[in-house]
Amino acid sequence: MKFSEQTEAKLARLVESYPPDHRRSALVPMLLFIQDEVGAVTPQVVEEVCARLGISPLEVEEVVSYYSMLRREPAGRYHIQICTNISCMLVGGAELFEHACRKLGIGNHGVTEDGMFSLEEVECIGACCWGPALQVNYDYHHHVTPEAFDRLIEQLRGNGLKQRGT
Amino acid sequence: MLHPEPHPAEVVLLTRRFRLRDSASIDTYLATEGYQAFRKALAMTPEEIIEEVKKSNLRGRGGAGFPTGLKWSFVPRNSPKPKYIVANADEGEPGTCKDRLLMQYDPHSLLEGMLIAARAVGARAGYIYIRGEYRYLIEILDRAIEEARRRGFLGRNILGSGMDFDVYTHSGAGSYECGEETALLESLEGKRGVPRLRPPFPATSGAFGCPTVLNNVETFCAVPPIILKGGLAFAELGTPKNGGTRLFAISGHVNRPGVYELPMGFNLLRMIHEVAGGVRGGRKLKAVIPGGSSCPVLRAEECDVAMDFDSLARAGSMLGSGGVIVMDETTCMVKAAARILRFYAHESCGFCTPCREGTRWLATVLTRLERGEGQPGDIEVVRNVARNMLGRTFCPLGDAAAMPASSFVEKFREEFEAHLEGKPCPAEEVAIHA
Repeated sequence: MKFSEQTEAKLARLVESYPPDHRRSALVPMLLFIQDEVGAVTPQVVEEVCARLGISPLEVEEVVSYYSMLRREPAGRYHIQICTNISCMLVGGAELFEHACRKLGIGNHGVTEDGMFSLEEVECIGACCWGPALQVNYDYHHHVTPEAFDRLIEQLRGNGLKQRGT
Repeated sequence: MLHPEPHPAEVVLLTRRFRLRDSASIDTYLATEGYQAFRKALAMTPEEIIEEVKKSNLRGRGGAGFPTGLKWSFVPRNSPKPKYIVANADEGEPGTCKDRLLMQYDPHSLLEGMLIAARAVGARAGYIYIRGEYRYLIEILDRAIEEARRRGFLGRNILGSGMDFDVYTHSGAGSYECGEETALLESLEGKRGVPRLRPPFPATSGAFGCPTVLNNVETFCAVPPIILKGGLAFAELGTPKNGGTRLFAISGHVNRPGVYELPMGFNLLRMIHEVAGGVRGGRKLKAVIPGGSSCPVLRAEECDVAMDFDSLARAGSMLGSGGVIVMDETTCMVKAAARILRFYAHESCGFCTPCREGTRWLATVLTRLERGEGQPGDIEVVRNVARNMLGRTFCPLGDAAAMPASSFVEKFREEFEAHLEGKPCPAEEVAIHA
Protein backbone atom coordinates (compact mmCIF):
# COMPACT_ATOMS: atom_id res chain seq x y z
CA MET A 1 0.00 0.00 0.00
CA LYS A 2 1.10 3.52 -0.79
CA PHE A 3 -0.36 6.52 0.96
CA SER A 4 -0.52 10.20 0.09
CA GLU A 5 2.71 12.17 0.14
CA GLN A 6 1.57 13.93 3.29
CA THR A 7 0.81 10.72 5.17
CA GLU A 8 4.03 9.08 3.96
CA ALA A 9 6.01 12.07 5.25
CA LYS A 10 4.30 11.76 8.62
CA LEU A 11 5.03 8.04 8.79
CA ALA A 12 8.66 8.58 7.80
CA ARG A 13 9.10 11.14 10.59
CA LEU A 14 7.37 8.79 12.98
CA VAL A 15 9.62 5.77 12.52
CA GLU A 16 12.68 7.97 13.02
CA SER A 17 11.42 9.06 16.43
CA TYR A 18 12.29 5.88 18.32
CA PRO A 19 15.48 3.97 19.12
CA PRO A 20 16.41 1.81 16.09
CA ASP A 21 15.67 -1.45 17.92
CA HIS A 22 12.20 -0.21 18.98
CA ARG A 23 10.47 0.37 15.65
CA ARG A 24 7.29 -1.18 17.02
CA SER A 25 6.84 1.99 19.09
CA ALA A 26 5.45 3.64 15.97
CA LEU A 27 2.52 1.22 15.87
CA VAL A 28 -0.32 3.13 17.58
CA PRO A 29 0.25 6.53 15.94
CA MET A 30 0.97 4.81 12.62
CA LEU A 31 -2.37 3.02 12.68
CA LEU A 32 -4.16 6.27 13.56
CA PHE A 33 -2.44 8.31 10.83
CA ILE A 34 -3.20 5.64 8.21
CA GLN A 35 -6.79 5.37 9.43
CA ASP A 36 -7.12 9.13 8.94
CA GLU A 37 -6.47 8.58 5.25
CA VAL A 38 -7.98 5.15 4.57
CA GLY A 39 -10.98 5.51 6.89
CA ALA A 40 -10.47 2.29 8.84
CA VAL A 41 -7.91 -0.29 9.85
CA THR A 42 -8.65 -2.76 7.07
CA PRO A 43 -6.98 -6.17 6.68
CA GLN A 44 -4.75 -4.58 4.01
CA VAL A 45 -3.71 -1.88 6.47
CA VAL A 46 -2.81 -4.52 9.06
CA GLU A 47 -0.71 -6.34 6.47
CA GLU A 48 1.02 -3.14 5.42
CA VAL A 49 1.83 -2.08 8.98
CA CYS A 50 3.22 -5.55 9.75
CA ALA A 51 5.53 -5.27 6.79
CA ARG A 52 6.67 -1.77 7.67
CA LEU A 53 7.38 -2.50 11.32
CA GLY A 54 8.46 -6.12 11.04
CA ILE A 55 5.82 -7.40 13.49
CA SER A 56 3.14 -10.08 13.38
CA PRO A 57 -0.57 -9.59 12.57
CA LEU A 58 -1.38 -10.67 16.13
CA GLU A 59 0.68 -7.82 17.54
CA VAL A 60 -1.27 -5.38 15.40
CA GLU A 61 -4.70 -6.92 16.03
CA GLU A 62 -4.32 -6.82 19.81
CA VAL A 63 -3.60 -3.11 19.61
CA VAL A 64 -6.48 -2.39 17.23
CA SER A 65 -8.92 -4.11 19.58
CA TYR A 66 -7.69 -2.08 22.56
CA TYR A 67 -7.75 1.57 21.50
CA SER A 68 -11.17 3.17 21.15
CA MET A 69 -10.23 5.51 18.30
CA LEU A 70 -9.10 2.69 16.01
CA ARG A 71 -11.89 1.13 13.98
CA ARG A 72 -12.39 -1.69 11.49
CA GLU A 73 -15.24 -0.06 9.60
CA PRO A 74 -15.14 3.45 8.18
CA ALA A 75 -17.05 6.18 9.99
CA GLY A 76 -19.06 8.83 8.21
CA ARG A 77 -17.38 11.73 6.44
CA TYR A 78 -18.11 13.71 9.59
CA HIS A 79 -17.69 11.62 12.71
CA ILE A 80 -19.61 13.32 15.53
CA GLN A 81 -18.31 12.41 18.97
CA ILE A 82 -20.41 13.71 21.85
CA CYS A 83 -19.10 13.65 25.40
CA THR A 84 -21.63 12.59 28.03
CA ASN A 85 -19.19 12.17 30.90
CA ILE A 86 -19.81 13.83 34.24
CA SER A 87 -18.84 17.47 33.53
CA CYS A 88 -20.63 17.54 30.18
CA MET A 89 -23.54 15.55 31.64
CA LEU A 90 -24.10 18.22 34.30
CA VAL A 91 -24.65 20.83 31.59
CA GLY A 92 -26.74 18.79 29.18
CA GLY A 93 -24.36 16.40 27.38
CA ALA A 94 -26.69 13.39 27.60
CA GLU A 95 -29.64 15.42 26.27
CA LEU A 96 -27.45 16.68 23.45
CA PHE A 97 -26.55 13.11 22.53
CA GLU A 98 -30.22 12.11 22.48
CA HIS A 99 -31.01 15.13 20.36
CA ALA A 100 -28.24 14.16 17.93
CA CYS A 101 -29.65 10.64 17.62
CA ARG A 102 -33.05 12.08 16.67
CA LYS A 103 -31.62 14.70 14.35
CA LEU A 104 -29.44 12.24 12.43
CA GLY A 105 -31.83 9.31 12.72
CA ILE A 106 -29.08 6.99 13.93
CA GLY A 107 -27.95 5.57 17.26
CA ASN A 108 -24.60 5.21 18.96
CA HIS A 109 -21.97 4.00 16.44
CA GLY A 110 -24.47 4.48 13.62
CA VAL A 111 -23.70 5.91 10.17
CA THR A 112 -26.26 7.83 8.09
CA GLU A 113 -27.34 6.12 4.88
CA ASP A 114 -25.58 8.68 2.70
CA GLY A 115 -22.34 8.10 4.64
CA MET A 116 -22.19 11.78 5.58
CA PHE A 117 -22.44 11.45 9.37
CA SER A 118 -21.62 8.95 12.04
CA LEU A 119 -22.33 9.33 15.72
CA GLU A 120 -20.57 8.15 18.85
CA GLU A 121 -21.12 8.75 22.54
CA VAL A 122 -17.61 9.26 23.89
CA GLU A 123 -15.90 9.53 27.24
CA CYS A 124 -14.23 12.73 28.46
CA ILE A 125 -12.52 14.61 25.61
CA GLY A 126 -10.87 17.23 27.82
CA ALA A 127 -13.41 19.99 27.29
CA CYS A 128 -14.94 19.85 30.78
CA CYS A 129 -15.11 23.61 31.32
CA TRP A 130 -16.70 24.26 27.93
CA GLY A 131 -19.44 21.63 27.82
CA PRO A 132 -21.52 20.26 26.38
CA ALA A 133 -18.70 19.49 24.00
CA LEU A 134 -18.24 17.39 20.91
CA GLN A 135 -15.66 16.67 18.25
CA VAL A 136 -16.31 16.50 14.53
CA ASN A 137 -13.43 14.34 13.39
CA TYR A 138 -10.62 16.16 15.27
CA ASP A 139 -12.30 19.58 15.57
CA TYR A 140 -13.65 20.68 18.93
CA HIS A 141 -17.01 22.40 19.37
CA HIS A 142 -17.80 23.87 22.77
CA HIS A 143 -21.03 24.94 24.55
CA VAL A 144 -23.12 23.06 21.99
CA THR A 145 -26.86 23.63 22.46
CA PRO A 146 -29.36 21.53 20.46
CA GLU A 147 -29.95 24.57 18.23
CA ALA A 148 -26.22 25.04 17.67
CA PHE A 149 -25.99 21.34 16.87
CA ASP A 150 -28.66 21.63 14.19
CA ARG A 151 -26.87 24.59 12.62
CA LEU A 152 -23.58 22.69 12.68
CA ILE A 153 -25.14 19.69 10.95
CA GLU A 154 -26.68 21.82 8.20
CA GLN A 155 -23.38 23.58 7.64
CA LEU A 156 -21.46 20.29 7.48
CA ARG A 157 -24.02 18.77 5.15
CA GLY A 158 -23.61 21.76 2.84
CA ASN A 159 -19.83 21.43 2.89
CA GLY A 160 -20.03 17.69 2.34
CA LEU A 161 -22.38 17.99 -0.65
CA LYS A 162 -20.22 20.71 -2.18
CA GLN A 163 -17.10 18.57 -1.84
CA ARG A 164 -18.89 15.60 -3.27
CA GLY A 165 -20.11 17.68 -6.24
CA THR A 166 -16.65 18.78 -7.31
CA MET B 1 -11.69 28.95 26.17
CA LEU B 2 -9.99 31.72 28.14
CA HIS B 3 -11.77 34.47 30.01
CA PRO B 4 -10.54 37.83 28.65
CA GLU B 5 -8.76 38.63 31.90
CA PRO B 6 -7.44 36.46 34.71
CA HIS B 7 -9.56 36.59 37.87
CA PRO B 8 -8.03 38.99 40.45
CA ALA B 9 -7.46 36.07 42.83
CA GLU B 10 -5.35 34.24 40.27
CA VAL B 11 -1.57 34.11 40.55
CA VAL B 12 -0.46 33.89 36.94
CA LEU B 13 2.82 32.05 36.71
CA LEU B 14 2.33 29.04 34.43
CA THR B 15 -0.46 30.87 32.63
CA ARG B 16 1.33 34.23 32.32
CA ARG B 17 1.76 33.96 28.54
CA PHE B 18 -1.76 32.69 27.79
CA ARG B 19 -3.20 36.05 26.77
CA LEU B 20 -0.20 37.32 24.81
CA ARG B 21 -0.35 37.66 21.03
CA ASP B 22 0.97 34.53 19.31
CA SER B 23 1.62 33.13 22.76
CA ALA B 24 2.67 29.74 21.34
CA SER B 25 5.42 31.13 19.11
CA ILE B 26 9.07 30.92 20.07
CA ASP B 27 9.49 34.68 19.53
CA THR B 28 6.87 35.44 22.16
CA TYR B 29 8.47 32.86 24.40
CA LEU B 30 11.98 34.28 24.01
CA ALA B 31 10.70 37.81 24.59
CA THR B 32 9.25 36.72 27.96
CA GLU B 33 12.24 35.02 29.61
CA GLY B 34 11.79 31.90 27.49
CA TYR B 35 14.67 29.38 27.65
CA GLN B 36 16.42 31.59 30.26
CA ALA B 37 15.83 28.94 32.90
CA PHE B 38 17.44 26.34 30.66
CA ARG B 39 20.44 28.61 30.08
CA LYS B 40 20.73 28.94 33.83
CA ALA B 41 20.41 25.17 34.25
CA LEU B 42 23.27 24.65 31.81
CA ALA B 43 25.53 26.40 34.31
CA MET B 44 24.26 24.26 37.19
CA THR B 45 25.23 20.72 38.16
CA PRO B 46 22.56 18.03 37.91
CA GLU B 47 22.55 17.87 41.73
CA GLU B 48 21.91 21.60 41.98
CA ILE B 49 18.99 21.39 39.55
CA ILE B 50 17.38 18.52 41.45
CA GLU B 51 18.00 20.31 44.77
CA GLU B 52 16.22 23.42 43.46
CA VAL B 53 13.22 21.35 42.34
CA LYS B 54 13.14 19.62 45.74
CA LYS B 55 13.19 23.00 47.51
CA SER B 56 10.20 24.13 45.44
CA ASN B 57 7.93 21.48 47.00
CA LEU B 58 6.59 20.80 43.52
CA ARG B 59 4.40 17.71 43.55
CA GLY B 60 3.18 15.78 40.53
CA ARG B 61 0.27 17.54 38.84
CA GLY B 62 -1.09 14.43 37.16
CA GLY B 63 -2.86 13.34 40.30
CA ALA B 64 -0.62 11.33 42.58
CA GLY B 65 1.17 14.35 44.05
CA PHE B 66 4.56 12.67 44.38
CA PRO B 67 7.43 15.12 45.04
CA THR B 68 8.99 15.86 41.65
CA GLY B 69 12.55 16.51 42.82
CA LEU B 70 12.58 13.22 44.68
CA LYS B 71 11.28 11.39 41.61
CA TRP B 72 14.11 12.86 39.52
CA SER B 73 16.68 11.89 42.16
CA PHE B 74 15.75 8.21 41.76
CA VAL B 75 17.11 8.12 38.22
CA PRO B 76 20.49 6.34 38.29
CA ARG B 77 22.57 8.89 36.39
CA ASN B 78 25.57 6.57 36.21
CA SER B 79 23.61 3.83 34.51
CA PRO B 80 25.18 2.95 31.15
CA LYS B 81 21.71 2.84 29.60
CA PRO B 82 20.24 5.82 27.76
CA LYS B 83 17.81 7.91 29.79
CA TYR B 84 14.49 9.26 28.63
CA ILE B 85 12.14 12.09 29.50
CA VAL B 86 8.44 11.42 28.99
CA ALA B 87 5.68 14.00 29.35
CA ASN B 88 2.28 12.61 30.19
CA ALA B 89 -0.10 14.61 28.01
CA ASP B 90 -2.77 11.92 28.07
CA GLU B 91 -5.13 14.18 29.99
CA GLY B 92 -8.18 11.97 30.40
CA GLU B 93 -9.45 12.23 33.96
CA PRO B 94 -13.04 13.48 33.66
CA GLY B 95 -13.18 17.08 34.90
CA THR B 96 -9.63 17.86 33.78
CA CYS B 97 -8.78 20.12 30.84
CA LYS B 98 -5.78 22.18 31.98
CA ASP B 99 -2.86 20.54 30.14
CA ARG B 100 -4.72 21.24 26.94
CA LEU B 101 -4.43 24.99 27.61
CA LEU B 102 -0.75 24.78 28.58
CA MET B 103 0.09 23.03 25.32
CA GLN B 104 -2.15 25.27 23.24
CA TYR B 105 -0.95 28.59 24.62
CA ASP B 106 2.58 27.89 25.89
CA PRO B 107 4.07 24.76 24.30
CA HIS B 108 7.64 25.98 24.70
CA SER B 109 7.37 25.99 28.49
CA LEU B 110 6.72 22.24 28.31
CA LEU B 111 9.75 21.79 26.05
CA GLU B 112 11.90 23.89 28.37
CA GLY B 113 10.78 21.91 31.42
CA MET B 114 11.68 18.68 29.62
CA LEU B 115 15.05 20.15 28.61
CA ILE B 116 15.88 21.00 32.22
CA ALA B 117 14.87 17.50 33.32
CA ALA B 118 17.07 16.09 30.56
CA ARG B 119 19.96 18.19 31.82
CA ALA B 120 19.34 16.94 35.38
CA VAL B 121 19.40 13.23 34.53
CA GLY B 122 21.48 13.11 31.34
CA ALA B 123 18.72 12.19 28.89
CA ARG B 124 19.13 12.58 25.13
CA ALA B 125 15.57 11.99 23.99
CA GLY B 126 12.12 12.91 25.20
CA TYR B 127 8.58 11.97 24.22
CA ILE B 128 5.33 13.82 24.67
CA TYR B 129 2.67 11.13 24.94
CA ILE B 130 -0.51 12.94 23.96
CA ARG B 131 -4.03 11.62 23.74
CA GLY B 132 -5.20 10.99 20.18
CA GLU B 133 -8.17 13.34 20.49
CA TYR B 134 -5.76 16.27 20.99
CA ARG B 135 -4.65 16.18 17.34
CA TYR B 136 -4.59 19.96 16.98
CA LEU B 137 -2.21 20.14 19.92
CA ILE B 138 0.13 17.64 18.29
CA GLU B 139 0.35 20.08 15.40
CA ILE B 140 1.08 22.98 17.76
CA LEU B 141 3.71 20.96 19.62
CA ASP B 142 5.36 19.72 16.42
CA ARG B 143 5.62 23.30 15.26
CA ALA B 144 7.14 24.36 18.59
CA ILE B 145 9.63 21.49 18.46
CA GLU B 146 10.63 22.49 14.93
CA GLU B 147 11.10 26.12 16.05
CA ALA B 148 13.20 25.04 19.01
CA ARG B 149 15.38 22.88 16.75
CA ARG B 150 15.91 25.73 14.32
CA ARG B 151 16.95 28.08 17.13
CA GLY B 152 19.32 25.52 18.57
CA PHE B 153 17.39 24.66 21.75
CA LEU B 154 16.87 21.07 20.64
CA GLY B 155 19.15 18.77 18.68
CA ARG B 156 22.88 18.27 18.85
CA ASN B 157 25.29 20.36 20.91
CA ILE B 158 22.57 22.62 22.26
CA LEU B 159 23.79 26.25 22.57
CA GLY B 160 27.34 24.96 22.22
CA SER B 161 27.09 23.14 25.56
CA GLY B 162 27.83 19.68 24.20
CA MET B 163 24.38 18.53 25.35
CA ASP B 164 22.24 16.57 22.86
CA PHE B 165 18.50 16.35 23.37
CA ASP B 166 15.50 16.02 21.10
CA VAL B 167 11.75 15.76 21.68
CA TYR B 168 9.12 13.83 19.73
CA THR B 169 5.34 13.81 19.98
CA HIS B 170 3.63 10.43 20.25
CA SER B 171 -0.11 10.08 19.72
CA GLY B 172 -2.31 7.77 21.75
CA ALA B 173 -5.53 6.45 20.22
CA GLY B 174 -8.20 6.49 22.89
CA SER B 175 -7.53 4.92 26.28
CA TYR B 176 -7.92 6.46 29.75
CA GLU B 177 -5.74 3.72 31.21
CA CYS B 178 -2.74 5.02 29.26
CA GLY B 179 -2.64 7.96 31.67
CA GLU B 180 -1.26 5.52 34.26
CA GLU B 181 2.48 5.85 33.88
CA THR B 182 3.42 2.24 33.19
CA ALA B 183 0.46 1.66 30.86
CA LEU B 184 1.58 4.80 29.06
CA LEU B 185 5.04 3.30 28.60
CA GLU B 186 3.57 0.07 27.22
CA SER B 187 1.55 2.15 24.78
CA LEU B 188 4.65 4.15 23.85
CA GLU B 189 6.28 0.84 22.96
CA GLY B 190 3.45 -0.09 20.60
CA LYS B 191 1.43 -2.36 22.86
CA ARG B 192 -1.94 -2.46 24.59
CA GLY B 193 -2.11 -0.04 27.50
CA VAL B 194 -1.84 -2.68 30.20
CA PRO B 195 0.05 -1.51 33.29
CA ARG B 196 3.37 -2.99 34.40
CA LEU B 197 4.23 -4.38 37.79
CA ARG B 198 5.87 -1.74 40.00
CA PRO B 199 8.63 -1.86 41.18
CA PRO B 200 10.70 -1.41 39.16
CA PHE B 201 9.50 2.17 38.81
CA PRO B 202 10.03 4.13 35.59
CA ALA B 203 12.91 6.04 37.21
CA THR B 204 15.01 2.87 36.97
CA SER B 205 13.19 0.95 34.23
CA GLY B 206 10.84 3.02 32.12
CA ALA B 207 10.74 3.69 28.40
CA PHE B 208 12.43 0.86 26.46
CA GLY B 209 13.56 -0.62 29.79
CA CYS B 210 15.72 2.45 30.50
CA PRO B 211 15.75 5.01 33.33
CA THR B 212 12.98 7.52 32.67
CA VAL B 213 11.65 10.74 34.15
CA LEU B 214 7.91 10.69 33.61
CA ASN B 215 5.86 13.70 34.66
CA ASN B 216 2.59 15.41 33.84
CA VAL B 217 2.62 18.37 31.42
CA GLU B 218 1.84 20.91 34.16
CA THR B 219 4.66 19.52 36.31
CA PHE B 220 7.20 20.12 33.54
CA CYS B 221 5.74 23.58 32.88
CA ALA B 222 6.37 24.50 36.53
CA VAL B 223 10.08 23.73 36.25
CA PRO B 224 11.31 26.77 34.27
CA PRO B 225 9.94 29.31 36.80
CA ILE B 226 11.39 27.21 39.62
CA ILE B 227 14.87 27.27 38.12
CA LEU B 228 14.62 30.92 37.11
CA LYS B 229 13.26 32.38 40.35
CA GLY B 230 14.46 29.72 42.76
CA GLY B 231 12.70 26.78 44.38
CA LEU B 232 12.00 28.71 47.55
CA ALA B 233 10.07 31.46 45.77
CA PHE B 234 7.84 28.79 44.19
CA ALA B 235 7.37 26.94 47.47
CA GLU B 236 6.29 30.13 49.22
CA LEU B 237 3.36 30.60 46.84
CA GLY B 238 1.67 27.54 48.29
CA THR B 239 1.27 25.83 51.63
CA PRO B 240 3.84 23.72 53.53
CA LYS B 241 4.87 20.69 51.42
CA ASN B 242 2.57 21.90 48.62
CA GLY B 243 4.57 24.39 46.61
CA GLY B 244 3.46 26.80 43.95
CA THR B 245 0.29 27.39 42.04
CA ARG B 246 -1.98 24.95 40.37
CA LEU B 247 -4.27 25.03 37.35
CA PHE B 248 -7.77 24.23 38.57
CA ALA B 249 -10.38 23.31 35.98
CA ILE B 250 -13.75 24.27 37.47
CA SER B 251 -16.66 22.66 35.63
CA GLY B 252 -20.30 21.84 36.19
CA HIS B 253 -22.90 24.09 37.78
CA VAL B 254 -20.98 27.35 38.16
CA ASN B 255 -21.52 30.70 36.48
CA ARG B 256 -17.96 31.04 35.18
CA PRO B 257 -16.52 27.61 34.50
CA GLY B 258 -12.91 27.70 33.37
CA VAL B 259 -9.28 26.97 34.12
CA TYR B 260 -7.84 29.18 36.86
CA GLU B 261 -4.30 29.35 38.23
CA LEU B 262 -4.51 29.66 41.99
CA PRO B 263 -2.06 29.16 44.82
CA MET B 264 -1.98 25.70 46.36
CA GLY B 265 -4.15 25.73 49.45
CA PHE B 266 -6.77 28.11 48.01
CA ASN B 267 -10.11 27.63 49.74
CA LEU B 268 -12.56 25.49 47.77
CA LEU B 269 -15.67 27.50 48.67
CA ARG B 270 -13.94 30.72 47.64
CA MET B 271 -12.95 29.03 44.41
CA ILE B 272 -16.57 28.21 43.64
CA HIS B 273 -18.34 31.31 44.90
CA GLU B 274 -15.79 33.98 44.10
CA VAL B 275 -13.51 32.80 41.29
CA ALA B 276 -16.03 30.72 39.34
CA GLY B 277 -18.82 33.20 39.94
CA GLY B 278 -20.98 31.08 42.23
CA VAL B 279 -23.49 28.33 41.61
CA ARG B 280 -25.59 28.67 38.48
CA GLY B 281 -29.06 30.14 38.76
CA GLY B 282 -28.52 31.12 42.41
CA ARG B 283 -29.09 27.52 43.42
CA LYS B 284 -27.61 25.82 46.45
CA LEU B 285 -24.33 23.93 46.32
CA LYS B 286 -24.86 20.23 46.84
CA ALA B 287 -21.57 18.44 46.24
CA VAL B 288 -18.11 18.80 44.75
CA ILE B 289 -15.66 16.31 43.33
CA PRO B 290 -12.46 18.23 44.04
CA GLY B 291 -9.83 16.59 41.86
CA GLY B 292 -11.24 14.73 38.89
CA SER B 293 -13.87 11.98 38.78
CA SER B 294 -11.78 9.42 40.68
CA CYS B 295 -11.76 11.45 43.90
CA PRO B 296 -14.27 10.91 46.71
CA VAL B 297 -17.13 13.38 46.53
CA LEU B 298 -17.53 16.08 49.19
CA ARG B 299 -20.89 17.24 50.54
CA ALA B 300 -21.45 20.99 50.46
CA GLU B 301 -20.76 21.31 54.18
CA GLU B 302 -17.36 19.62 53.72
CA CYS B 303 -16.21 22.13 51.12
CA ASP B 304 -14.67 24.71 53.43
CA VAL B 305 -11.27 23.17 52.76
CA ALA B 306 -7.84 24.24 51.51
CA MET B 307 -7.09 22.86 48.05
CA ASP B 308 -3.77 21.14 48.57
CA PHE B 309 -2.81 17.48 48.63
CA ASP B 310 -2.61 17.15 52.40
CA SER B 311 -5.67 19.18 53.41
CA LEU B 312 -7.88 17.26 50.99
CA ALA B 313 -6.49 13.95 52.20
CA ARG B 314 -7.46 15.00 55.74
CA ALA B 315 -10.93 15.87 54.43
CA GLY B 316 -11.23 12.32 53.09
CA SER B 317 -10.77 13.16 49.44
CA MET B 318 -7.91 13.96 47.07
CA LEU B 319 -6.55 16.89 45.09
CA GLY B 320 -5.97 14.56 42.13
CA SER B 321 -5.66 16.31 38.81
CA GLY B 322 -7.26 19.57 40.00
CA GLY B 323 -10.52 19.02 38.15
CA VAL B 324 -13.18 20.63 40.37
CA ILE B 325 -16.62 19.30 39.42
CA VAL B 326 -19.41 21.35 40.99
CA MET B 327 -22.93 19.99 41.45
CA ASP B 328 -25.95 22.02 42.52
CA GLU B 329 -29.03 20.90 44.46
CA THR B 330 -30.82 19.65 41.36
CA THR B 331 -28.18 17.00 40.67
CA CYS B 332 -29.24 13.39 41.06
CA MET B 333 -26.33 11.74 42.85
CA VAL B 334 -27.39 8.28 41.70
CA LYS B 335 -27.26 9.42 38.09
CA ALA B 336 -23.87 11.10 38.63
CA ALA B 337 -22.39 8.03 40.31
CA ALA B 338 -23.76 5.70 37.64
CA ARG B 339 -22.30 7.84 34.85
CA ILE B 340 -18.88 7.95 36.49
CA LEU B 341 -18.87 4.19 37.03
CA ARG B 342 -19.94 3.43 33.47
CA PHE B 343 -16.84 5.39 32.47
CA TYR B 344 -14.52 3.29 34.62
CA ALA B 345 -16.13 0.06 33.42
CA HIS B 346 -15.53 1.20 29.85
CA GLU B 347 -11.91 2.12 30.54
CA SER B 348 -10.82 -0.83 32.68
CA CYS B 349 -8.16 -2.58 30.63
CA GLY B 350 -9.48 -5.96 31.74
CA PHE B 351 -6.10 -7.31 32.78
CA CYS B 352 -6.82 -7.85 36.49
CA THR B 353 -9.98 -9.48 37.75
CA PRO B 354 -11.04 -7.21 40.64
CA CYS B 355 -11.00 -4.15 38.37
CA ARG B 356 -12.51 -5.79 35.28
CA GLU B 357 -15.33 -7.44 37.24
CA GLY B 358 -15.66 -4.80 39.93
CA THR B 359 -16.07 -1.83 37.63
CA ARG B 360 -18.61 -3.76 35.55
CA TRP B 361 -20.69 -4.71 38.58
CA LEU B 362 -20.57 -1.21 40.03
CA ALA B 363 -21.72 0.26 36.73
CA THR B 364 -24.48 -2.33 36.32
CA VAL B 365 -25.88 -1.99 39.82
CA LEU B 366 -25.67 1.82 39.91
CA THR B 367 -27.32 2.07 36.50
CA ARG B 368 -30.25 -0.11 37.55
CA LEU B 369 -30.60 1.93 40.75
CA GLU B 370 -30.65 5.08 38.63
CA ARG B 371 -33.45 3.67 36.50
CA GLY B 372 -35.51 2.68 39.51
CA GLU B 373 -34.90 -1.00 38.77
CA GLY B 374 -32.74 -1.63 41.84
CA GLN B 375 -32.96 -4.87 43.78
CA PRO B 376 -33.00 -5.21 47.55
CA GLY B 377 -29.43 -5.20 48.85
CA ASP B 378 -28.06 -3.27 45.87
CA ILE B 379 -26.72 -0.47 48.04
CA GLU B 380 -24.78 -3.01 50.08
CA VAL B 381 -23.54 -4.65 46.86
CA VAL B 382 -22.05 -1.32 45.77
CA ARG B 383 -20.37 -0.81 49.15
CA ASN B 384 -19.03 -4.37 49.27
CA VAL B 385 -17.72 -4.43 45.73
CA ALA B 386 -16.03 -1.05 46.21
CA ARG B 387 -14.51 -2.12 49.53
CA ASN B 388 -13.15 -5.30 47.99
CA MET B 389 -11.59 -3.47 45.08
CA LEU B 390 -9.78 -0.82 47.13
CA GLY B 391 -6.07 -1.60 47.20
CA ARG B 392 -6.60 -4.96 45.53
CA THR B 393 -6.31 -4.06 41.89
CA PHE B 394 -3.12 -4.19 39.82
CA CYS B 395 -3.07 -0.46 39.13
CA PRO B 396 -4.84 2.61 40.55
CA LEU B 397 -7.77 2.43 38.11
CA GLY B 398 -9.60 0.08 40.48
CA ASP B 399 -9.27 2.56 43.33
CA ALA B 400 -10.26 5.36 40.98
CA ALA B 401 -13.58 3.59 40.43
CA ALA B 402 -14.13 2.34 43.97
CA MET B 403 -13.60 5.70 45.68
CA PRO B 404 -16.35 7.66 43.92
CA ALA B 405 -18.71 4.65 44.14
CA SER B 406 -18.40 4.23 47.88
CA SER B 407 -18.30 7.94 48.68
CA PHE B 408 -21.43 8.73 46.68
CA VAL B 409 -23.34 5.91 48.35
CA GLU B 410 -22.14 6.73 51.84
CA LYS B 411 -22.64 10.48 51.65
CA PHE B 412 -25.94 10.51 49.78
CA ARG B 413 -27.41 7.24 50.97
CA GLU B 414 -30.90 8.69 51.31
CA GLU B 415 -31.01 9.35 47.58
CA PHE B 416 -29.98 5.83 46.70
CA GLU B 417 -32.62 4.50 49.08
CA ALA B 418 -35.31 6.67 47.50
CA HIS B 419 -34.39 5.27 44.09
CA LEU B 420 -34.46 1.75 45.48
CA GLU B 421 -37.84 2.22 47.13
CA GLY B 422 -39.40 3.65 44.00
CA LYS B 423 -39.84 7.08 45.58
CA PRO B 424 -39.34 10.19 43.48
CA CYS B 425 -35.70 11.20 43.25
CA PRO B 426 -35.10 13.89 45.92
CA ALA B 427 -32.98 15.88 43.47
CA GLU B 428 -35.73 15.90 40.88
CA GLU B 429 -38.17 17.15 43.49
CA VAL B 430 -35.81 20.06 44.09
CA ALA B 431 -35.41 20.61 40.36
CA ILE B 432 -39.15 20.87 39.86
CA HIS B 433 -39.46 23.56 42.50
CA ALA B 434 -36.24 25.37 41.64
